[in-house]
Amino acid sequence: MPPSGAAGDQITVGVLALQGDFEAHGLVLSRLGARVREVRVPADLDGLDGLVLPGGESTTITLGIERERLADPLRAFHASGKPIFGTCAGLIMLDREHLGIIDIRAERNAFGRQVRSFEAPLEIGVDGGPVKAVFIRAPWIAEHGPSVEILAEVEGHGVAAREGAVLVVSFHPELGDDDRVHELFLQSVRDARAAAA
Amino acid sequence: MRDEATFKVKAGLAEMLKGGVIMDVIDQEQARIAEAAGACAVMALERVPSDIRRDGGVARMSDPEMIQSIQEAVTIPVMAKARIGHFAEAQVLEALEVDYIDESEVLTPADEANHIDKWPFKVPFVCGATNLGEALRRIGEGAAMIRSKGEAGTGDIVEAVRHLRTINGEIKRLGGLSEAEIATAAKDHAAPLELVRAVAASGRLPVVMFCAGGIATPADASLVMQLGAEGVFVGSGIFKSADPEARAAAIVEATTHYEVPERVLRASEGLGAAMDSIESRKLEESELLSNRGW
Repeated sequence: MPPSGAAGDQITVGVLALQGDFEAHGLVLSRLGARVREVRVPADLDGLDGLVLPGGESTTITLGIERERLADPLRAFHASGKPIFGTCAGLIMLDREHLGIIDIRAERNAFGRQVRSFEAPLEIGVDGGPVKAVFIRAPWIAEHGPSVEILAEVEGHGVAAREGAVLVVSFHPELGDDDRVHELFLQSVRDARAAAA
Repeated sequence: MRDEATFKVKAGLAEMLKGGVIMDVIDQEQARIAEAAGACAVMALERVPSDIRRDGGVARMSDPEMIQSIQEAVTIPVMAKARIGHFAEAQVLEALEVDYIDESEVLTPADEANHIDKWPFKVPFVCGATNLGEALRRIGEGAAMIRSKGEAGTGDIVEAVRHLRTINGEIKRLGGLSEAEIATAAKDHAAPLELVRAVAASGRLPVVMFCAGGIATPADASLVMQLGAEGVFVGSGIFKSADPEARAAAIVEATTHYEVPERVLRASEGLGAAMDSIESRKLEESELLSNRGW
């Protein structure tokens, strides 16, 4: 059950569910009190307060977005000022060369093949110290525009960034029991909804 | 401060494959077709299961050069198969840096008593299972992903359904057990007690479970997803059909929209003939692949 508030106060967050670890994101978001809706077609975006683009295979998800004609509805969702959070493949989907929702260029599989996947503590500016970041065939941010704030780096490469209402990380906060990055995103969703009201 | 190849990282890649279709491919052209159709990974092998059945003889790990050429052709994860118990083949595949190793009953087993000890490897393993005990024994040996076995190379879904229903039924029945009964269940399943206890508490396997063996149509994919698979492997079903490009994309679409019959319907239209099939009940005991491994 959500920790507090009447149903009307509860925020609804969508998770793009074409392929990938959308279920893991849903579990974290529910645990933090949000209502969760899986998004597979444009109509699923109606009435959402925020949206998560999960990890998965970016090629598969790109083709799914084309097949479902989701690109323009996703850009419109962003243009309406609603917060978006992308992890790993989600970061790639949001970059200049894909949906163009955040002014970065992602380098895919930048750390190498699966044998190079790793976990490491990462300071990203949330209270309570570094998060345990899980990098799986992860991308990094190869280039970014002036309005993008890089929140964390590994070996000199950006792995977390924010631009306006868009938050991206190249690791997987949904795979652990540390919910602070999702909490950071949900706070931006609540703030955006309060500002719009 | 970097920890590579932890179990979380190995099992995590399977999480990223969820809701997707992993396709068997035998060359670069097929690999590119699979990627362009939306496969979330490819399995590189010299012969698909239906050809292994037809040809007979010992089926081994594929030529590394062929696997490498597929790694060069696509950016999605590339998996490859090692024989059951053949840890030296697995070491070769690890040196090749494949993204996942399938310790597979489709190849001829190399060890009739022991599966590979998968813990020392940096590359994660997926293994087949026909029941919960088998799945948990593989996880106990270090597997980071499970696939129900089905009967590979037949185009007959019946064994895949049997294995999925068995595994999920056995998980459900652990639900109401007391601690003493859980110990007995672990003995009955011949599975590690800690894993049985974890499954009883969570109501699910500790790793991702896909379905394999016999998927030939979009409706097959929808069926196994509705029965609790978290994604599908398609072996002979795509490249042994009349129109591989269309069928591959259709199975991807049906796996995403498995709960929406109208979408599975649309995906099923105009695909031409499915693969040539074999009714698995008509196979001799010695021709079955799913009873390899224990």
